[in-house]
Amino acid sequence: MVELRRQLLMDERAVERALARMAREIVERNHGIRGLSLIGIQRRGVQLAERLAAEIERAEGERPPVGTLDITLYRDDLTTVGPRPVLGETRLPAGGIDGRVLVIVDDVAYTGRTARAALDELADFGRPARIYLCVLVDRGGRELPIQPDIVGRVVEATPRERVDVLVPEIDGRLAVELSVPEES
Amino acid sequence: MTSSSAYLGKDLVGLQDLSADQIRAILDTAEPFKEISERAIKKVPVLRGKTIVNLFFEPSTRTRISFEFAEKRLSADTVNVQSTGSSVQKGETLVDTARNLEAMRIDMVVIRHSASGAARFLADRIASNVINAGDGRHEHPTQALLDMLTIRDKLGRLDGVRVCIVGDILHSRVARSNIWGLTRLGGEVAVCGPRTLLPTDVEELGVHVFSRIEEAIEWADVLNVLRLQLERMQAGFIPSLREYNRVFGITRERLERAPRDLLILHPGPMNRGVEIDSDVADGPHSVILDQVTNGVAVRMAVLYLLAGGVPERAEAAKRAGEGD
Repeated sequence: MVELRRQLLMDERAVERALARMAREIVERNHGIRGLSLIGIQRRGVQLAERLAAEIERAEGERPPVGTLDITLYRDDLTTVGPRPVLGETRLPAGGIDGRVLVIVDDVAYTGRTARAALDELADFGRPARIYLCVLVDRGGRELPIQPDIVGRVVEATPRERVDVLVPEIDGRLAVELSVPEES
Repeated sequence: MTSSSAYLGKDLVGLQDLSADQIRAILDTAEPFKEISERAIKKVPVLRGKTIVNLFFEPSTRTRISFEFAEKRLSADTVNVQSTGSSVQKGETLVDTARNLEAMRIDMVVIRHSASGAARFLADRIASNVINAGDGRHEHPTQALLDMLTIRDKLGRLDGVRVCIVGDILHSRVARSNIWGLTRLGGEVAVCGPRTLLPTDVEELGVHVFSRIEEAIEWADVLNVLRLQLERMQAGFIPSLREYNRVFGITRERLERAPRDLLILHPGPMNRGVEIDSDVADGPHSVILDQVTNGVAVRMAVLYLLAGGVPERAEAAKRAGEGD
């Protein structure tokens, strides 16, 4: 039997602190919130983008537009993954993306293939002035030359291990966990 | 992730073969596909490199165009084969036609045929995915799915919804697919039409039967008004079009007497002034054009779901580690 041993990497307070810092970093890099829009990747990137937008609003007094992106139809492994994944909503931020500074928000950076798909999909929607990639956890293991610009926490995880970001809207709590399969 | 109980398998032949979970999976998948048709660039790369043949042995305009839009918006390459002007007219059999196409390495076939069972027959004999776009009097599954999606959009549910199908039930594959699909998802279905145009064993399909349209209107939440094929009159099923309109036509006066607002569906093309009056077809409760819009989304969903891999490989992919 293979069992999963779960290990807490970040508790609620740690995630909140990381998000607060990431929000400051986004504003700093953009020299304010002018032209700024956030795009959450389905599913958990969406909740993280909402939280970042709330943090930015707290600091700057104005909330940047937030959109959602489902990259399923742009994945490069669809013919091999088996039954089709359920699609989530794609909704561009108010004001569109042309000429905007976009921040793609995802939960975990791993192979880089999700970010690749997101860039391809966004290119079909328009031409942003600039795109940043922002993730709560960078677990390494890149298969494409794509690196996040803003990172909450760097974690060394082996391919057998799994990093799960938990959000209250889906999972009932805010945390980051590492799952390690163990022979028992 | 789609659970394997909602996995569609290789083909879509009819709704009679599908479980409630499978039908729900198609309708749920169609929702996000609607948005793609609203984009400035109405195209996603999900079926890039796939070849789809639309094999139409019966004339059809809107179903074929709807499938073609769906295929192109998913980036598939498409070829249309119609019975006139093809080797089909030279006496080639259905299987020979399909096998020749397969030898050119195609991935999917959308088939429309006048013989009931043609889609199943083909699906059992070729390796490509087969989608039934209407076979004889048997089924027209994507039409029923788009009808169901439209009803669910407007009323928020299908469970307990009362749908009356009006007209020529006997010859209608749309009616049959709707009856299977709606009853599977908990809807109540009735039919109403001239006795000569109802199947003799219609009650065995699990539907109510109304012989008077006024009773149907009093009972129903939704009317799905079928096209009256004009050749039915020549074949003696009904005395005249005027007579049909007088007895079964959906008119504003009849709807005004209904105890509630009815949703009006029609699979098209309409005979205005025969089965449906213009002020109903263009009226506030008509969702006929929503049906057309939803048709593209439903067909995109079916193509997307059928072109997927197999459950075993999905399990393997899941074990290999969750996404990034």
